[in-house]
Amino acid sequence: MDDIDRRLVVATQSGLPLTPQPYHTIAAQLGITAEEVMARMQRMLDSGAIRRIGVVPNHYALGYHANGMTVWDVEDERMTELGTKIGALEFVSHCYRRPRHLPDWPYNLFAMVHGHDRSEVSAKAAQIAALLGDACKQHEILYSSRILKKTGLRFGG
Amino acid sequence: MENIDRAIINRLQGDFPICAQPYAAVAARLGLSEDELITRIKRMLHDKILTRFGPMFDAEKMGGAFSLAAMQIPAEDFERVAEIVNALPQVAHNYQREHRLNMWFVLATDTTQGINDAIACIEQASGYHVFNMPKLEEYFIGLHFKA
Repeated sequence: MDDIDRRLVVATQSGLPLTPQPYHTIAAQLGITAEEVMARMQRMLDSGAIRRIGVVPNHYALGYHANGMTVWDVEDERMTELGTKIGALEFVSHCYRRPRHLPDWPYNLFAMVHGHDRSEVSAKAAQIAALLGDACKQHEILYSSRILKKTGLRFGG
Repeated sequence: MENIDRAIINRLQGDFPICAQPYAAVAARLGLSEDELITRIKRMLHDKILTRFGPMFDAEKMGGAFSLAAMQIPAEDFERVAEIVNALPQVAHNYQREHRLNMWFVLATDTTQGINDAIACIEQASGYHVFNMPKLEEYFIGLHFKA
């Protein structure tokens, strides 16, 4: 990441211009060529600095009203193997290993599950439980009841 | 929702092209005109059916630090603590969840030290412990919502 990359991030983080030639529009803003904008964005995409380019639907507007953070107490030795399996499920968005905080918090695997309602989320959690089998001692589903704050991640410009 | 809007959402969650006229390229695949695709994306952003359109950056790869944190706050003190937590610019999202640990938020800072500083600041201002749960391993990210 050099200074021009950072300026590209700042110029595009709130969205791509909705003009027929968006990369040319950005180029004009930054005073570089469209070819350079496209080459740099392709490089960031290849390196993973850009995860993807596309639309982010508002999942509430699509009818996904229930959002359950499922948390699992999984045997440490089998974590990578099982985490990879759970993360590959099409209904799991984010899937991470996180530290336990014993005795308050015994869970080390987090899988975010979205559904149209809570019964759909719990049915999907049951599928995860079946996959984990004996390697999981206990689990819970934490439903969100209120969004207290939601701002996109922003980088300074 | 119209079928064309659904098709746009389903087809455009990942691979918007990097080329001179990307909307024209995508529109051709969807059987639309370039102008119609742009108009529909604009409208869905305006109507908040889409929250964003553009590149999704992995801030960690760009040198940032992140963590998920949780707190256990008694109901009568919840709003006061929510105000303290939300006031920090380092807090990106904050959710109330139905659990003994009832406040869950994402911290995003430039450095790992910044995470620790933000947590110390919240603990001091609120008087409650913050459970820091940074990710140790990532198995997948990026839900493909079906519209």
